[in-house]
Amino acid sequence: MRYSIFSLARQALSGHRGWRPAWRDAAPRDAYDVVIVGGGGHGLATAHYLARNHGITNVAVIEKGWIGGGNAGRNTTIIRSNYGLPGNIPFYEWSMKLWEGLEQDLNYNAMVSQRGVLNLYHSDAQRDAYVRRGNAMRLHGVDAELLDREGVRRIAPFLNFDNARFPIQGGLLQPRGGTARHDAVVWGYARAASARGVDIVQNAEVTGFLRGPGGRIAGVETSRGTIRANKVAVAVAGNSSRVAAMAGFRLPIESHVLQAFVSEALKPLIPGVITFGAGHFYVSQSDKGGLVFGGDIDGYNSYAQRGNLPVVEDVCEGGMAIMPMIGRARLLRSWGGIMDMSMDGSPIIDHAPVPGLYLNAGWCYGGFKATPASGWCFAHLIARDEPHPVATDFRLDRFAAGRMVDEKGQGAQPNLH
Amino acid sequence: MSRLAAGGLIDRSQPLRFRFDGRDYGGFAGDTLASALIANDVRLVGRSFKYHRPRGLLTAGAEEPNALVTLRAGARAEPNSRATTIELYDGLEAKSQNRWPSLGFDLMAVNGLMSPLFVAGFYYKTFMWPAALWEKLYEPLIRRAAGLGALSGAPDPDHYDKAHGFCDLLVIGAGPAGLAAALAAGRAGARVFLLEQENELGGRLLSERHEIDGRPGHLWAREVADELSALPEVTILRRTTAFGVYDDRSYGAIERVADHLAEPLPGQPRQRLWKIVAKRTILAAGAIERPILFGGNDRPGVMMASAVQSYVNRFAAVPGRRIALFTTSDSGWQVAADLRAAGVEVAALIDPREGAAPMALPDVPLFAGGTVTSTHGRILRSIGVRAAGGRVTRIAADVLAMAGGWNPAMGIGCNLGSRPIWSEAIHSFVLKAPPPGMALAGAAAGRFSLAETIGDGLREGMAAAADMGHEGHAPPMPRTSDDKAGVAAPWHVPGGRGKAFVDFQHDVTDSDIALSVREGFRSVEHLKRYTTLGMATDQGKTSQVNAHALLAMYSGKAIVEAGTVLSRPPYLPVAIGAFAGHHRDADFRPVRLTAGHGWAVEQGARFVDAGQWKRAQWFARPGETGWLETVSREARAVRSGVGLCDVSTLGKIELSGADAGVLLDRLYINNFSTLKVGRARYGVMLREDGIVMDDGTTTRLAEDRYFLTTTTANAARVMQHIDYCRQILWPELDVQAVSVTEQWAQYAVAGPLSRRLLQYLLPDLDLSNEAFPFMAAAETRWRGVPMRIFRLSFSGELAYELGVPAAYGDALVRALMEAGRPLDATPYGTEALGVLRIEKGHAAGNELNGQTTAADLGFGGMMSTKKDYIGRVMAARPGLTDPDRPVLIGIRPVDRVSRLAGGAHLLPTGVPDIAAHDEGHVTSVAFSPMMDGWIGLALLRRGRERIGEHVRAVDLLRGTDVEVEICSPVFVDPEGVRLRG
Amino acid sequence: MRVKCPYCGDRDVHEFVYRGDAAPVRPAADAGEAAFADYVYLRDNPAGPIAEHWYHAQGCRNWLVVERDTRSHAIAAVRLAREAAR
Repeated sequence: MRYSIFSLARQALSGHRGWRPAWRDAAPRDAYDVVIVGGGGHGLATAHYLARNHGITNVAVIEKGWIGGGNAGRNTTIIRSNYGLPGNIPFYEWSMKLWEGLEQDLNYNAMVSQRGVLNLYHSDAQRDAYVRRGNAMRLHGVDAELLDREGVRRIAPFLNFDNARFPIQGGLLQPRGGTARHDAVVWGYARAASARGVDIVQNAEVTGFLRGPGGRIAGVETSRGTIRANKVAVAVAGNSSRVAAMAGFRLPIESHVLQAFVSEALKPLIPGVITFGAGHFYVSQSDKGGLVFGGDIDGYNSYAQRGNLPVVEDVCEGGMAIMPMIGRARLLRSWGGIMDMSMDGSPIIDHAPVPGLYLNAGWCYGGFKATPASGWCFAHLIARDEPHPVATDFRLDRFAAGRMVDEKGQGAQPNLH
Repeated sequence: MSRLAAGGLIDRSQPLRFRFDGRDYGGFAGDTLASALIANDVRLVGRSFKYHRPRGLLTAGAEEPNALVTLRAGARAEPNSRATTIELYDGLEAKSQNRWPSLGFDLMAVNGLMSPLFVAGFYYKTFMWPAALWEKLYEPLIRRAAGLGALSGAPDPDHYDKAHGFCDLLVIGAGPAGLAAALAAGRAGARVFLLEQENELGGRLLSERHEIDGRPGHLWAREVADELSALPEVTILRRTTAFGVYDDRSYGAIERVADHLAEPLPGQPRQRLWKIVAKRTILAAGAIERPILFGGNDRPGVMMASAVQSYVNRFAAVPGRRIALFTTSDSGWQVAADLRAAGVEVAALIDPREGAAPMALPDVPLFAGGTVTSTHGRILRSIGVRAAGGRVTRIAADVLAMAGGWNPAMGIGCNLGSRPIWSEAIHSFVLKAPPPGMALAGAAAGRFSLAETIGDGLREGMAAAADMGHEGHAPPMPRTSDDKAGVAAPWHVPGGRGKAFVDFQHDVTDSDIALSVREGFRSVEHLKRYTTLGMATDQGKTSQVNAHALLAMYSGKAIVEAGTVLSRPPYLPVAIGAFAGHHRDADFRPVRLTAGHGWAVEQGARFVDAGQWKRAQWFARPGETGWLETVSREARAVRSGVGLCDVSTLGKIELSGADAGVLLDRLYINNFSTLKVGRARYGVMLREDGIVMDDGTTTRLAEDRYFLTTTTANAARVMQHIDYCRQILWPELDVQAVSVTEQWAQYAVAGPLSRRLLQYLLPDLDLSNEAFPFMAAAETRWRGVPMRIFRLSFSGELAYELGVPAAYGDALVRALMEAGRPLDATPYGTEALGVLRIEKGHAAGNELNGQTTAADLGFGGMMSTKKDYIGRVMAARPGLTDPDRPVLIGIRPVDRVSRLAGGAHLLPTGVPDIAAHDEGHVTSVAFSPMMDGWIGLALLRRGRERIGEHVRAVDLLRGTDVEVEICSPVFVDPEGVRLRG
Repeated sequence: MRVKCPYCGDRDVHEFVYRGDAAPVRPAADAGEAAFADYVYLRDNPAGPIAEHWYHAQGCRNWLVVERDTRSHAIAAVRLAREAAR
């Protein structure tokens, strides 16, 4: 059923008894053209674009738990394309373009809200780095504005301009950046993919790979039985190394926990997304009124989906450094997601080193914003066996070849990216 | 007034005044804001989040979903504060929230009329057309309605403290179980922390009329508290909530030090964040009563039975004249008995359980097997009751007390991932696998009777103490009054009139859950996210189990099959300021000052942050019109006379041992084992991935002793790297390393007159080129203290660096200034330092950006081919040796007058400004007094092959486009004559 | 999380700097690019027990080998890296 104010009104008259499940909770069939492992945003988006762009609908998305239960539901919902390297900018900008038309494409309101992403700078060197980045964005046709201190004050007068350890000098603003409702993105892609015939199979954990001639991947073993497939695509960020181990290879990735936080609901006070440049803190305010904020990863390998207190303190210190008005707001909930932290801070969308297997991994803490383009480009790779033009730098062999895409310049130390 | 004439634990000798929504009221010490409002007959206290429905008090505890107020005013305003946990103080001021214009008449209540449309998930289905209107109209409207209370917008004026605690046993909750546990362990000699979220110890004993050893329970609690206070190893933290369990038996707790005062006393923190490491923990946090699901259960006047009991017994505040009870639990009968004992009329007791009669209630109309089907009145006036036979009657009542059974408060026990399991015995979830070191006791463990509770506490307290090696005799088990705990499963009355609310704050009803299941959101996680159930400030404390029951019912499963939800910290919302503690505003991070800081202040320095260091940026003189004039003067002084610069912030590391040279050879791309004693050498170090990590000079002080410097930014990282190499990669090497950054103050004396200045200071030293050439180093003494002299030059001039122990740094810089007075020695700061190094083409932070190779920066020739060193192999990868890589070059505006900008990109002339033509970027710029114009360093594709070519430096952000000439990065004295002068 | 430093005793995790898996061994100088790329970039990244390098940066400045379970964060053993290397 198409969603609109009219269908909603019609249903209201009949006590909303006519709504059907948003997506089919399918039982797995024996075989598919493509099996996508991972029912998060990236896997579901991949299924949607396989069907929509390439006409490939004999597809199953296999999820070990409930769709959207991993990082798709454990992030801070930020969308932006304010990257600085030529390998990144076209990809994230394509994602932004897809965000801008997502609701109409999916017939699902993911509440994409472009209220701006502001990165504060606190030193001349940081300003120069942001200018370099902003100019790279502009050369790629991406919106970017440099604000001085007064420009920042106009947007965010509540920031700490008078008593800061590292005074705000200005900021780099991407007006089109913003937030989207993370769960709705998952449900919207699931509903749209399901409507085109994709099977969404929940509570099916992959336990191994089927091999065909020449060691080619021929399907997956799951907790709900064996499923054969011509192509198997993996989009399980956070757990990529575990799945890779089943297929017999290692990745330039470590799994790390990133915590995030939300405050009690407050009347609106923060316009867009604000990022502190001299500490680990970023914040936005949800449509419900909660301050959604986060900071650094805990910094050690983890699969536990929870973090520890020192990082909570560090993040709140950052918050109180630039927005001392939030001292009396209360932290309501925290959560931890497991990130695929890659060795250069950038993702991998490529053939796996095993034939028949496709890899979408290494999203670090930036996977949510990439969801639409990741699905789009991964579907392209799966359907055509060649990388999409905006994702050519996300190759797996870039590490051996010395062609890293390292925005922060931190090198092969994943917890520093 | 609804205050009983006598009784309760309030202090009637201490009357207090307070104000709610602009009206003045009175209460007593010992009241909460909630009990005082009840005593004053205030029955409407808030509005719900979505439909703005009028709401009254539901509970008497921290689980309260309805009675959220903004406490205090101005910068101390605290939105979303639960009236049930606010201790009343004189002059308290509170306002209701989420209503306009007033609590009694809220225009936003129109949302309630739209409720047939505003079902769970409605916004996902609409507001999509036309697309432009979402951003411009729909979302702004939704956002305006968002939130409950408002922050003041002013900086939090209070401060927050942090404390660490280490104990044998942490007891969470000072009800009967917790008191018994602390007593048992404390008497045995264990170090005990007892945490109680209220000021009064006793928990349920304060609200229920139990007897222990023949006396009122609250007196027993007071006696135990007194004894515990006297035990030296026992610490009682009142007004303290344990909010989270972390790894390795670490706990977070928040102590509300001054929240019961109008404002903190001078010097007193508002709150204190406790980080407690406990070898053992007993979770004795009690239980939370659950509501019953029936139409109209959110009407003001419908309350939890335990809350009614608490208000009447503890606060002597009666919430109604005629109180009806709807109970599926024996505890509800006890409330009826308590009400009768207080002289309150009980209109009816409705218990759907056929034949349940835990006690005799002689003058109470009983409806065994009955249910409540409706509620009436804007504030409750009557209820509809369906008797066992099906007959529906209307009963007048101004309060309906719900007793739907008890859910153990084991929230933090699930923080590390243990899943609670369903217990058919108590019809709720219990925790069978608590985190390491934790035991549960009493109601938190699902054992509700008072005797069980105290027994649990004594047993677990003894066991914990014994585990820690403290043996003792268990305190005797006291006699307790009878306490029945029978209960039915979570109760839902289908088909009643009006909405049956599950989550009171977020307005989630039984039909929302039915809709969610119908649309396929059938896992608990999907249900929560789709309906927002349990996401409100009460974190689902009253709604979660009921929602589970409905989810199971609508999806045709048993509750055990419906899944569980983990709870994550914090158990109760915690002020963000408390997590930050003192690290806020200007105290966000420490400030590091060099030994010469005071001198620089006297010289009128302006300071700049370099990491945590404060460095002098420039020293303006009276009459100078701007920083550029000042900085140019300082730079010129170095080029033509002599300047002084504090370089103490550079990282300094001493290496010693027979293999120190070997280690250095492996750390740097060039060789140090061949360096002569008394000589220094510039070196570049790579990361193992072949990218430049850092650079600096290393001096050989003796055969087995080296002194190396790092950039200010990388001091800690290089130290860590060296320790990694010598402890892990090559532990067989005989080499020790120690950071001496803070032990030595170091000053650069630079300029053609620097030798003369030094000779004034050190007349006995031969500083001639022959005796002390460029890159020479020596150890000497000055005024009886060790001094190191290096002939190093960052500026490209004849220059020295002098190091003395930090305690003598101030004396040295003053002595240098004194000696330099005849030479007009000029202090210079980091800006002039930057000008001088850009003129010389020296790479610094903007070039050592973690993306450049040694070859990119022009150090390719230094990369030894005769030895292994860190990064050697990976630096040879195709991507790092690609001839197309951007490399370091210099740029000058072709017109010689235009200003350059760091961060501008370099594009060929005559092409459009698009990424396809992007060839590099400008890393550093300066106004060069020597060149009389702006110069810059840049990373440009194939730059070294393009000297003399013109490109454009384009800054689209600031709208500049400057044609520049590509040149050598060394603008001044490329032959190096001056520094050898 | 708390780390029992063999030199300093039981300390909070915030005093330590994490490096990662202790298993990769730096190849011999002549092992070639592929061996170094493997060493620098590829990780087992197990969900379960792992031996890791931690640095007691705000303590004794010893590098430690910490045996820890990445699913539970439980630490089974801590040794000085210098001694573990012997």
